[in-house]
Amino acid sequence: MSQYIPVLFMLAVAGAISVGMVLASELLGPKFKFREKMEPFECGEVQASSSKQRFSIRFYLVAMMFIIFDIEAVFLFPWAVTFQALGVFGFIEMMIFILILAAGLIYIWKKGVLDWE
Amino acid sequence: MKQLVIPDVSLGAVGPEIVLVVTAILLLLLEVFTARKEKGYLAYTALGGVLLASAMTANMNGYTEMNFSGMYVVDNFASFFKLVCLLGTGMTILVSVTYTINEGISNGEYYALLLFATSGMFFMISGSDMVTIFMGLEVMSISLYALAGYTRNREKSNEAALKYFVLGALASAFLLYGIALIYGATGSTKLAIIGDSLRTGIANYHLIIIGAALLVVGFGFKISAVPFHMWAPDVYQGAPAPVTAFMSSGPKAATFAAFLRVFNEALPSMQADWWQIFWILSVMTMTVGNIMALRQTDVKRMLAYSSIAHAGYILMGFTTGDWFGVSAILFYMLVYTFMNIGVFAVVTIVARKNEEKTTFEDYTGLGYKHPIIGVTLVVLLFSLIGIPPTAGFVGKFYIFMSALQQGYVWLVIIAVVNSVISVFYYLRLTIVMYMTEETTEALPSLSLSPSLVTALIISIYGSLWLGVMPSSYITFAQAASLIP
Repeated sequence: MSQYIPVLFMLAVAGAISVGMVLASELLGPKFKFREKMEPFECGEVQASSSKQRFSIRFYLVAMMFIIFDIEAVFLFPWAVTFQALGVFGFIEMMIFILILAAGLIYIWKKGVLDWE
Repeated sequence: MKQLVIPDVSLGAVGPEIVLVVTAILLLLLEVFTARKEKGYLAYTALGGVLLASAMTANMNGYTEMNFSGMYVVDNFASFFKLVCLLGTGMTILVSVTYTINEGISNGEYYALLLFATSGMFFMISGSDMVTIFMGLEVMSISLYALAGYTRNREKSNEAALKYFVLGALASAFLLYGIALIYGATGSTKLAIIGDSLRTGIANYHLIIIGAALLVVGFGFKISAVPFHMWAPDVYQGAPAPVTAFMSSGPKAATFAAFLRVFNEALPSMQADWWQIFWILSVMTMTVGNIMALRQTDVKRMLAYSSIAHAGYILMGFTTGDWFGVSAILFYMLVYTFMNIGVFAVVTIVARKNEEKTTFEDYTGLGYKHPIIGVTLVVLLFSLIGIPPTAGFVGKFYIFMSALQQGYVWLVIIAVVNSVISVFYYLRLTIVMYMTEETTEALPSLSLSPSLVTALIISIYGSLWLGVMPSSYITFAQAASLIP
């Protein structure tokens, strides 16, 4: 346990220095507050509109579809690596898995999720 | 190359699950390939799947098998609970047929979600490994979140779905943390191995206690035990009435099954510790449920609190930790499914379009205007109270007996007092139906369909027959009790 004491000491010193720096500049430094300075900014631009905007539900649908087929790919890779060892059993299992996902694809296709207008 | 060990797979053991999932996928495909007018038969497709699954489950009676590397077990206990869940699902489908048409909600996905939820329940019931149980719980819960918000144009339904989802996710996290701690203490997620390592005393006892407490929180949420019941009234009130019927039967039975299996197979050597937790939980659940139900003005909300109170009675069976208590829970769950879905079927009928008529006033004079529906509701309410010769009486009697045999006299006294309190709010509905002044307001007529009538007949049959001739079902429940 004793060999960790320098690490703990280091942690304490580092913490004290960083907290102390921020505190010192906060307490001692001059402050000029004006409206533009207090606004949240990105790349120096004043924000154009509220971030609480409505946006199309299609983003969610695409995200969900992506996750589903992404996971399909994640499962296909290890299966491809161990294809020989798993043999017919693995092949049938994987086909069932792909068929279930295919049924899902047919469903969302017919529901019009893939039409982007 | 190292040879991979393929786990033993028995497709026969998961036959009912395969039927349910395949039917659900088929429903999704049928949904997109049929014209809007012809969707009526989708409900009967779902019903066919449920019936086939029931036949296969009933066929497995008396047959015990461990499968999938000890992660999945088929035994009498599982078969009994599965049949209860299928009964709940089947009756919900019958209640939903007219409802979905009236509300104009496209119904392929609705029935698919019901069946997916049922398959999740099956994996919970049959899970002999914490991971299987958790997977089943998630499959069930996620389908239920979607179902609770199924009438998406109604604000209350949306609220119900969101509340259920946020709180349900929190409960799942508790459950998972409990599983992780128990795994940390025993080195396994398999119930049998956890049980063994506790008996031999090699496990870290403190870690196990914290883990078990977190499991109680996680499961307690799903069965809406007080103090984890906060979601239940809002969700039960907001969700579509047939979905509420579904939620209060099958998922509850499945959670009780997993709860029983975990505590009686993995942690039986701690029974001396956990009976006290269940004693307190049971008393709190039934008392808070019954007292809160007294002041409700909405029938669905009143039934939500009544459902909480019934969970309290069922928890009495947990305190015993013997086969008698478990078989009492099994029987009670069966009875409860019969009578509760019947009551919700009547609520669905009276609520009419958009579920506008769910307050007590809307039942005014129902007994005179629609005598048959009135009498049906009265019988079902009497069964919920537990008045002989209904099934509710036998269920309560049996579960009180099991607690009394273990010497929990005070628990039984509190439960009896609670039953008396519950008479008030159930009878209040009856009084509104028969003894208040009739309003002159012209209401749209009630729509009764053959499927709804079938559901009502089944529930009346269950509520009366199980009360008059319970012996064969009790024998069945005793054969299915987990503990020899």
